[in-house]
Amino acid sequence: MTALAVRDLVAGYDPALPIVRGVSFDLAGGAILALLGPNGAGKSTLAKAVAGLVTVVSGSIHLRGTPLGDVPAHARLRRGLGFVPQTDNVFAGLTVAENLAIAAAILPRAGRAGRIAAMLTLFPDLAAARRGAAGRLSGGQRQMLAMARALIAAPAVLVLDEPSAGLSPKLVGVVMARLRDIAATGVAVLLVEQNVRAALAIADHALILVEGRVAHAGGGATLRDDPAVAALYLGGRHAA
Amino acid sequence: MIAQILVDGITSGAMIGLGAIGLTLTYGLLRFANFAHGEFATWGAYLALLVAGAIGPADPLGPLTFGWPLLAALAASMVLTALLAAALDGVLFRRLRRHGSAITLVIASFGASLALRSALEFGFGPQPWYYTRDIAMTVRLGPGMRATWDQLAVLGLAIVLMLAMHLLMTRTPLGRAMRAVSENPDLARLAGIDPARIVRVTWLLGGALAASAGVFLGVTVQLRPSMGFELLLPLFAAAILGGIGSVPGAMLGGLIIGIAEAASVPLAGAQYRAAVAFVVMLAMLLVRPSGLFGGRGG
Repeated sequence: MTALAVRDLVAGYDPALPIVRGVSFDLAGGAILALLGPNGAGKSTLAKAVAGLVTVVSGSIHLRGTPLGDVPAHARLRRGLGFVPQTDNVFAGLTVAENLAIAAAILPRAGRAGRIAAMLTLFPDLAAARRGAAGRLSGGQRQMLAMARALIAAPAVLVLDEPSAGLSPKLVGVVMARLRDIAATGVAVLLVEQNVRAALAIADHALILVEGRVAHAGGGATLRDDPAVAALYLGGRHAA
Repeated sequence: MIAQILVDGITSGAMIGLGAIGLTLTYGLLRFANFAHGEFATWGAYLALLVAGAIGPADPLGPLTFGWPLLAALAASMVLTALLAAALDGVLFRRLRRHGSAITLVIASFGASLALRSALEFGFGPQPWYYTRDIAMTVRLGPGMRATWDQLAVLGLAIVLMLAMHLLMTRTPLGRAMRAVSENPDLARLAGIDPARIVRVTWLLGGALAASAGVFLGVTVQLRPSMGFELLLPLFAAAILGGIGSVPGAMLGGLIIGIAEAASVPLAGAQYRAAVAFVVMLAMLLVRPSGLFGGRGG
């Protein structure tokens, strides 16, 4: 079943000047869809529109067959949509445990401790740091905490806005591997990335946006081997 | 003398701290300085006067000057003032937040402050009122230290309320959500928190705590329509001193301002008492603009 369906989406901060201009795609459970493209292409705006943070001018977003049009951002996690922003994605003044508890609060009381424990198992680095302030975590740990917070309510769809930003190549590999693990559990992953090579390495499908429109679409491996895409986005060389 | 300054300062500082909690939470959440906050203290004090009057006289509790009706009136006035604060937000500030700028909100809060104070002056007149005319008995706490039993009762109740507030903010999902919205409203929405609900709760809590400060001020001093307005500068000083948005900061800031004010009376004269809060606030803004607990929240 399609977990996330986006149709002819037009969105932006100013309705008169939309940044996303007519994008459509389907994302199935367990699949990873990478949204790629140059700066200003509308990738992050599209992700934020899906999360309810940016105004949708026209078009539709369906989550597991249900339209999200009038659903406010704070209610989308409860509906099954988790979002990890690129920056400021943890509550720095709260502890790691409090960050997790905040998202777990939408679950029935009996299930909260179990889900928090599951996240600490999935991201073992967080377990040791759970009593410390989230603001003191390293960049990689913050990214893990942000992912754990978004996953704690067991969403059907996980949207991530450039999770590799600011991370070392080694940590990028760790994050991408974790995303593959998460998708393997049936979660649909919408991955906005500047790191084209890393994203295409794990994506089942990819869309390349240019000026708010889909310029290229295809399987992750297909796009990675496409000479035109490689010339534009992979430094002119085919990925290994 | 120093010991007595501490007793007086801690008692008035606890009241300032209670009032400053609501101010700092509102500022931390909505990013605007609510100049009507002091009026919540005044309205709380007068509402308690009305409720206590409606209940009728009763024997004082032990050595205190007041009986159980004032305690019941305190609880009632906290609820009523909480509703008043939430109503003021619903009628005025919420609409302006949608369309106005920060300065519009501040000016509107000035207007609301004047309107609320004038309404009390119209209803009760400019003269002072008292919960009781009984003489407060003092107790010797140590060498050079005396306090009235009323002061000690007020201090005890203020500490209970501050502890309850601290536990609410640190140990409950609601408190965590309030801190989360204050730190990053967009991320809080993504974490499933409805910011509009948190804003409503903040107004209710801020109004209730300001009311308690007003009642305590009425018990230890007197009730006047301008009492909340005169409390406003110490409230802002305490909130800024502690760090905007920080509940423990507001509590500590209140105590420091209270002690500084009490110390200024023998050193510089009672007429300069209010100026001390202003000086402390300016000094903190110059030395450490983020305050003692700045950036930590909670």
